Amino acid sequence: MCRYDEFDHAFVAERVDQFRGQVARRVAGDLSEDEFKPLRLMNGLYLQLHAYMLRVAIPYGTLSATQMRMLAHIARTYDRGYGHFTTRQNIQYNWPALADVPDILDDLASVEMHAIQTSGNCIRNTTADPLAGVAADEIEDPRVYAEIIRQWSTLHPEFSFLPRKFKIAVTGAPNDRAVTRGHDIGLRMHRDLQGNPSFEVMVGGGQGRTPILAKTIRNFLPVEHLLSYLEAILRVYNQLGRRDNIYKARIKILVQSEGEAAFAEQVEAEWQQIHNNAPGALDLPEAERNRIAAYFAPHGYADLPKQSPILDAALDTDPAFAAWVESNVQGHKQPGYAIATISLKPHGGIPGDASAGQMDAVADLAERYGFDEIRITYKQNLVLPDVPKADLHTVWQELVDLGLGTANAGRISDIIACPGLDYCNLANARSIPIAQRISERFTDLQREREIGDLSLNISGCINACAHHHVANIGILGVDKKGVEYYQITLGGVADENAAIGAVIGPAFEEHQIADAVETIVDVYLNERETDERFIETYQRVGPQPFKEKLYATD
Amino acid sequence: MPLIKHGTLVEDIWHETDDFADVQTLAPLGPVIVTLNVWRQHRAAILAYDGRLGLRLAPGQTPDLVAADLHHFELVELEFAKFTDGRAYSHARLLRERHGFKGELRAVGEVLRDQLSFMLRCGFDAFSLETDQQAEALLAAVDEFAHWYQPAPGTSGRLDHRSTIPALRQGAGNSTNRDTAGRAATWAY
Amino acid sequence: MSIPIPKTIKKTQITTAQAVTANRLSDGAVVYLTDQNTWSAEIDDCQIVNDQGVAENFLSLTQELSGGLSGGDQVVGTYLFKVQLDGGRALPLSRREIIRTTGPSISFGATAAPKQPQI
Repeated sequence: MCRYDEFDHAFVAERVDQFRGQVARRVAGDLSEDEFKPLRLMNGLYLQLHAYMLRVAIPYGTLSATQMRMLAHIARTYDRGYGHFTTRQNIQYNWPALADVPDILDDLASVEMHAIQTSGNCIRNTTADPLAGVAADEIEDPRVYAEIIRQWSTLHPEFSFLPRKFKIAVTGAPNDRAVTRGHDIGLRMHRDLQGNPSFEVMVGGGQGRTPILAKTIRNFLPVEHLLSYLEAILRVYNQLGRRDNIYKARIKILVQSEGEAAFAEQVEAEWQQIHNNAPGALDLPEAERNRIAAYFAPHGYADLPKQSPILDAALDTDPAFAAWVESNVQGHKQPGYAIATISLKPHGGIPGDASAGQMDAVADLAERYGFDEIRITYKQNLVLPDVPKADLHTVWQELVDLGLGTANAGRISDIIACPGLDYCNLANARSIPIAQRISERFTDLQREREIGDLSLNISGCINACAHHHVANIGILGVDKKGVEYYQITLGGVADENAAIGAVIGPAFEEHQIADAVETIVDVYLNERETDERFIETYQRVGPQPFKEKLYATD
Repeated sequence: MPLIKHGTLVEDIWHETDDFADVQTLAPLGPVIVTLNVWRQHRAAILAYDGRLGLRLAPGQTPDLVAADLHHFELVELEFAKFTDGRAYSHARLLRERHGFKGELRAVGEVLRDQLSFMLRCGFDAFSLETDQQAEALLAAVDEFAHWYQPAPGTSGRLDHRSTIPALRQGAGNSTNRDTAGRAATWAY
Repeated sequence: MSIPIPKTIKKTQITTAQAVTANRLSDGAVVYLTDQNTWSAEIDDCQIVNDQGVAENFLSLTQELSGGLSGGDQVVGTYLFKVQLDGGRALPLSRREIIRTTGPSISFGATAAPKQPQI
């Protein structure tokens, strides 16, 4: 777990004071809303439909129990008793008052958290593989680099007024759990030919109205050059990215218009110049990498046997638990331990929402059954990363009591949904009630199991915050003359084989959408060959069988 | 218009023009700032005046366009047409770090208090303002942060001697090797 | 606060009834311009304008004035929206304005009671 040192503490405290001053100047009328808006956004504060929304960063998706309790405290004290976990390892509060926000930031700073750059046209909270440090397939812990990027990007003097928002994701493993190709910059660690860890640098990914997967512009970037290379990419973008049209301002459009090869050449040229100008500037010395890495050193794991008889007995006697283990528990790199996903997707619930009480209870579980750590995933779920196998049954029973024991991780009801028109100022249609309605169709766990791995994401507008483009089944809410309609895309993938889904046909009305999803599932079950996942069937048979059933005229 | 230079309110002695005809009348009176277009069209004639020269660059004009001529200018002015247009931050760093520009680097346009620190750190040392009142508020912003994470011309050069946080961590905070060579050694992350 | 009502009413086409809304600076709450030219959190208090020219005048006046206010009167993001009249009460027409008026269409936080899974 990364710890602030005296400098980080001082810096974040100064940032809170600065924002307190900015709020006071806004209220006093010294700042206009046009001037204040970029400032509040750089501290994660939006003005939504009914209230302000504060987005708090959970850097690289790792939280301590103390930090989780603070999130609960903020939900209770300044909000309405709950928070919403997002796809990019943030938590959002939907009802804070402007005057309270500096106090909230003070509270966050007391547990080494902040809302710096969770919004605005700057480098956003850098995300990482939620299973960093515990996944068996990892080369190096990506959080080391995410933390270095966090510091480097924090109030960067040159890159705080970019053409548009800028998102970076890092993974240290070949299996991509951080949607790196969906980011402005994705960094994926590989070993180079000499066996040294290095980054594949992918640029120009993004969702929105023009979904594009990031292109690899460098296969093996030595890790020590990470910051200078990022600086080169950002400098090219800051100067050449479009500023005349908000819909064409992301780096993906620049990469597209310049061409991938030409863009890569510009970056390389800029990078060379940075090096020639000040050789070694921005290099990451090994000592510094080691200093940060020490924060993420493996926990003091006990020497446990690989198999747990207690677990095996529970699996034999408790089928509901066995179902949860099957969907929500993954192998740990350490024998005798397991990674447990806490689903924030109870059937009929609001995807990603947790009450203050649930947050507190999860903090307790992290202390009792792990090393005081909780992770936040791309799927808007929580993870207990270090549960001894022998404790899994007890943990699950406690989770069930908390309403957090749903056995649906990775299943069709594990829906990613944005807040949609129930909260969001940009939304055209509601997302949450659609997610609720669909997940209520799949309350039968046997049926969900039968359907297997399937991602279903719902965005309430073209900004695609719920990443519907990279979902197996993507749903996009649109507005047609004041009426909500929902368009379906099929075939998206968010992992290392990322793909953009294709629109299947005309949009559906609100009351038709859950039926349409059931139809899609039925076609899949009909068409699938043994053990095929939804996406494999879709890729084999194509859209036609789905189209025929969805738009059958009789 | 009020001008802050090196942290104090000073009188602006520069004349500014985007018309070559004005250069002919203004140059004998004192230092003149010309736009890139005027400079490109009348380079020889302007040089013939042998007066003190400044150059104004619009947000879309990189200093790379005029790199070979920079030695003719005592001052470069970068325009913030909108405070949200951040291109001039890159241009300022290029001027200071790549082109070695040592003269006055002036920010004009939407120069606001909450952007001042970013500008200083990118190498600006002069700020053209709308009102005197603004000057006071602007200067108040300089000390909001004791240290920053990133090395940048403004935090490692002569303008602002504050160390970066990575440098402080390495105990290099007040040592003398903090200029260009020292900076290179300590991103210095 | 009070907003001077324009004296001259331009003869423009009558459109759907409209009202002026904004978010309160202090807490972001939805507010409506009343016929006393104050802001109220209740849509029932809103001033209904039938004339497009008057409505636009209203809007620009409120926008001009909202910059110079202090304390709880300050608002952000003023705009006009269409309403229909139902026995003298203003009802918003679009889904967005309905949700702004009545709050999220879902139960949330402590009031949300998700169904338990069926095993």
